[in-house]
Parts: sequence; C-alpha cells; structure tokens
Amino acid sequence: MFAAALRPRFAAAVAKPAVLGAIRPRFFTQAAVARSSIPSLHTLTEDEELLRESVARFAQEQVLPKVSQMDETEKLDKDVLKGLFEQGLMGIETDSKYDGSESSFMSAILTIEELAKVDPSISVICDVQNTLVNTLFRKYASEDIKSRYLPRLATDTVGCFCLSEAGSGSDAFALQTRAVKDGDNYILNGTKMWITNSGEAEIFLVFANVAPEKGYKGITCFVVDKSMGVKVGKKESKLGIRASSTCTLNFDDIVVPAGNILGEVGKGYKYAIEILNEGRIGIAAQMLGLAQGAFDATMPYLFQRKQFNTLIGNFQGMQQQYAQIAVDIEAARLLTYNAARLKEQGKPFVKEAAMAKLYASQVAERTASRCIEWAGGIGFTRDFPIEKFYRDCKIGAIYEGTSNIQLQTIAKILEKQYSS
Amino acid sequence: MSNVRILVACKRVVDYAVKIRVNAAGTAVETANIKHSMNPFDEIGTEQAIQIKEALAKAKGNAEVVVVSCGPAKAQETLRTALAMGADRAIHVETNDELQPLAVAKLLKAVVEKEKPNLVILGKQAIDDDSNQTGQMLAGLLNWPQATFASKVELTDAAMTVTREVDGGVETIKTTLPAVLTTDLRLNVPRYASLPNIMKAKKKPLAKFTVADLAVDIKPRLETLKITEPAKRQGGKIVESVDDLLDKLKNEAKVL
Repeated sequence: MFAAALRPRFAAAVAKPAVLGAIRPRFFTQAAVARSSIPSLHTLTEDEELLRESVARFAQEQVLPKVSQMDETEKLDKDVLKGLFEQGLMGIETDSKYDGSESSFMSAILTIEELAKVDPSISVICDVQNTLVNTLFRKYASEDIKSRYLPRLATDTVGCFCLSEAGSGSDAFALQTRAVKDGDNYILNGTKMWITNSGEAEIFLVFANVAPEKGYKGITCFVVDKSMGVKVGKKESKLGIRASSTCTLNFDDIVVPAGNILGEVGKGYKYAIEILNEGRIGIAAQMLGLAQGAFDATMPYLFQRKQFNTLIGNFQGMQQQYAQIAVDIEAARLLTYNAARLKEQGKPFVKEAAMAKLYASQVAERTASRCIEWAGGIGFTRDFPIEKFYRDCKIGAIYEGTSNIQLQTIAKILEKQYSS
Repeated sequence: MSNVRILVACKRVVDYAVKIRVNAAGTAVETANIKHSMNPFDEIGTEQAIQIKEALAKAKGNAEVVVVSCGPAKAQETLRTALAMGADRAIHVETNDELQPLAVAKLLKAVVEKEKPNLVILGKQAIDDDSNQTGQMLAGLLNWPQATFASKVELTDAAMTVTREVDGGVETIKTTLPAVLTTDLRLNVPRYASLPNIMKAKKKPLAKFTVADLAVDIKPRLETLKITEPAKRQGGKIVESVDDLLDKLKNEAKVL
C-alpha cells in the first residue's frame, strides 16, 4: 500500500537526474557509468564457492541429524569427525605433500562459518585444528616435525593448543607449566585447563617455561604425543558447544625429546600471540555462522505463525527488529571477510581481526537472543534448534581472547597511531 | 575390463531447492540470479562413473571419466563440480542458444565420435524440463544398446548387467558395450567434493568446443507456446463425519 503511494514520487526522483544530466559536467556522468574492477567482499573464487557448497551439504546431511544428540550427550559423534577428515577439512591450508588440502585461509574461514550455521561445536573442532594447531606447525616447525605430524593432523588425528592454566587465562604468560632440560630431553610438569578438543586429541602443543627467571622469554612450545604420558583429566560440563570436549590436562614428569620443540626455545610467547591473532578471525567466522544459522532457523517461522490474523513477520515491530539483525550480521560478515582477506594478502590485520571477533561474538549473542524471542514459546524449547545457538554463543566472548582483551588490542593499536 | 573410457553428460539446472517462478511474459522459467547446480541425476551418473573407475583401479584396471556439458559459459561451474567429485577431464560445448533434447543428443553423438567411450552415462532426465529423452535419442542416433532408469550396474568384460526400475518392479537386462546408460534415483548416493579434490580440479583439463566445431544442427524442432504456474492450492476443510464428507463431495465438489 505504502509502496504504491510512494511510487509516483519515486519515479519523479529517478527521472530528475536524467534531465539534469545534460547540463552536468561530463566527469560526473562518466563516474556513474564506470564500473569498478575491485570486487566486493562477497566475491569468492570458483573453488571457494565450490568448497562452501560442499561444506554446506556435508553440514546439512552428515552433521545436522546428530546435532541435538551430540549436545544432549556432550559427545562428539565419531562419524562426524571421520567425515571432517575425509572431506579434507582438517588440513585445509596444509601442503598436499603432507596430505593436506593445500587450500587457502579464506577457505578455512568459509568452512568454519558453514559448519557453525549447523553446529558451532563441530565448527570449533575444525577451527582449532586448522587456524591454531596446523598453522603453528606450518609456520614455525622444522621440516622433521612437519613431516612427522602434519600428515597425521590432516588425515586422522586431532591436535590441541594447550596454553591456558588455572592461574593464566588473559594473562597467558604467567603460565606455570615448567620444562627442565635433561640431556637430550625436557621433563614437563604442570596442568593445563579448558583445552578445546583435548578429549579426542592425540597431539598436544604445550606451552611451558624452560627458564622462569627470564619471564615470558622462557616460554617454549613443545609437541607432545599422548603416548608420552599426557593424562587427560576432568571433562568440563558446559553451557554451550557441548559436543566439543574441554578438559584439564596433567603433565607429570613427561619426557619430551628436544627434537620436539616447535621452532626455537624461548619463542613460544611470540608464536602464541601470532597464532591467536589470526585464530581470532576463525572465531569471528564461527560466531558469524552461528548468527546466520540462528537467523535462518527462525525467519521462516515468522511467515508461518499468525497472531491477530496477521503473520508475525508482517508486524512493523518485528520488521524493524529482524531488519536490524540482518544489518548486524552483514556487518559482522564484512568485518570477518575483510580481516581474512587482509591476512591472506600479507597485510597488517591484527586490529581488524580483533574487531571482527569482538563484533561477531556480540552479533551472535544478540541474534540468538532475538531469535528465541521471535519464536516465542517454541524458541525456548529444546525441540527446536534456536535455544542451542543461544547457549553456544557465549563462548565467543571468552575464548581466544575475551572481549576485553579484543578491546585492549584495538585500543593499543589506536594509541600507537594517535599518541606519537 | 581393463581399460575403459566413460563419458558422463552433466547439465546445469536451477537448483532443486529453489522455488521456481515463471517469467512475466509466461514464456520461460525465471533463471536470472537464481542458484543453479548440477542436475541431481547427472550427479548420480558422475558418481557411478567414479565408482566404476575406483573398482577397476582395485582390479589393476584403468578407467578414464570424461564429463561433458552443453550450454552457456556458466556450464563450466557444473563441470568443475564433476571434476571435483573425481572426474578426470571435462568437455564444454559452449552455446547460448536454446538446446532441446534432440540437439543435445546430436552434440553428444559428435563428442562420442571424437572420444570413443565404452560407456555413456546420462541422468534419466534433467529436473528442469523433465524431458527424459536425451539418453534414448543418443542411443538411437549412435545405434547403440541402451539401459535406462538404472538402479544397479555391473560391468563385466564387454558387457553390462543393469537392473532397471520399471512400472511393475525391477527388470534385469544385459547389454553389450559400448552402450548408453541412464541413471535412476536409487543407483547410488553421490559423494560431496572433498577439499583436496576441489583444489586438484583446478588443474584438470577442460576442453572447449563450439557448436560449429562439431558441425551439428541444433535448431529447435519444438516451439514453446506458453508456460504457466500450477494452480494455487485451495485451503482444505475438516469434515465431521463420513456423511458430511459424502455430502460435500456430492454437493460442493460435485465429483460424486
């Protein structure tokens, strides 16, 4: 009705520039006609499109039927994990000579996003394996370590990133795990907490201090096999992402050969920071997928349910809410893809990655919360997928740097820019 | 069989999940800015060819899977999907003209004459126009045996045993090779393209031909007069009793 009323005026507005065009300077009309060759952030390469399709289908057909059961039982389904390996999604950027898929960072981001649309827990398993574990090996490990571990990580073995401890979370470099040199070996002692994927993992990247007197400059990254004696302790019972295991790990006099030091002694702190900087783009993608998944699961319902003889999606109060959420999701997507493309092009991306992670986790929370409200009674029940997105979203503000840490990262860069 | 070449025809169609709309002029289905993907029956055909290749490889044999698509430049996306599933190489017959089943069958015949495959696999029909003609026409033009609506295929030396889904149940037939095979829904479950295979697909060869290269007359023989959407379903009614139902059928629907 409104559209019809506006149409004549709109038509007049469109007609105007054509009349004025004749007297406008020429460069103006040319600018309107010229097409930019710079693609939008939505532009994907042919293989990125193909990958996205393929992962979306895998998620719909292989993951979706098991989502609520995995959530209820807090157990990762073995076939889903096997499927991730078979589809080449656990070694996305790894070279084909190490049995990897030899694809790009953006492909990893798209995979994480697509999986999260269906199950954010499965998404984080893939995210940690690719953006943290594999990347640490790919960037810093010696050829010997790469050839021993990357093929396993790409084909059948889960790895995990062991940094957090009871007393060191945001203050990561206060970690207390020690490594003492003993001939050709190091003896590891300590306890790690809240380690994602550690229930399934066989390979552990453990950050331990070899020289506490040097402070954080003693932190070193060790590649530890489960068979060396890692004790997987208590599995946390969690609010969300319940299919992904989060455990305590105990290292009691574990003997690790010096040949299993990843990169250089005392450089662990540097590796951890750098890996987490790009890992954040992965979490942004997870939160983005979560938001889109919740939105997609809810919107059709607004055009099925009637109240007061009107589809609830047609009420203005609802229209303004879902239009706003759609804008938020779009903004989160642009931040995430832009950070990923910057990283891929070797440009500075730390600020943009922190922004993407911060914002996408906020959007995920807002979206999941709104979606429950839109769906009303059914949104609150476990028979529908929406409430799970709400439980899953909270972790986005916590892991790989809390929201406060993201803000601090952004602020530090701004300080540098404006204070000098 | 130790060395076979399998040609699989793949058509780019409007995705099966898309709600299709007829254009304003009522002359065609709207295809601009609409998601397209490989015809599902052709996906089954590609999967079957790859399974034959994998089975032969185990028996120290060798099969080459060649996929072919006729249509506009975008048909290459469909070919890339087939390559990413595991096909070895692709052929694109590029044209922006309307292609009816007879024209496709003639183009495929020309490709068959170049490639000399032992087996040609097609979907039993494409989900856009549901013609269910191309495979049969191709077999006729080539004067080859045909096995249509296959739900099971076994390849032996120079022969093929095919289980077909027919109206009364299933029928098992044996044909000599070369032959034309068309796939039914239950033949297999197509795999997804894995990421390493997507990356490898980029390096696989894709040859291009024009209709003129193949010297085929593709002029449409049929004219589409009108395309309309199915009538909108009217809301149902719940009746209280059988008598009520009979009354409504007699007096409202007037079908009794």
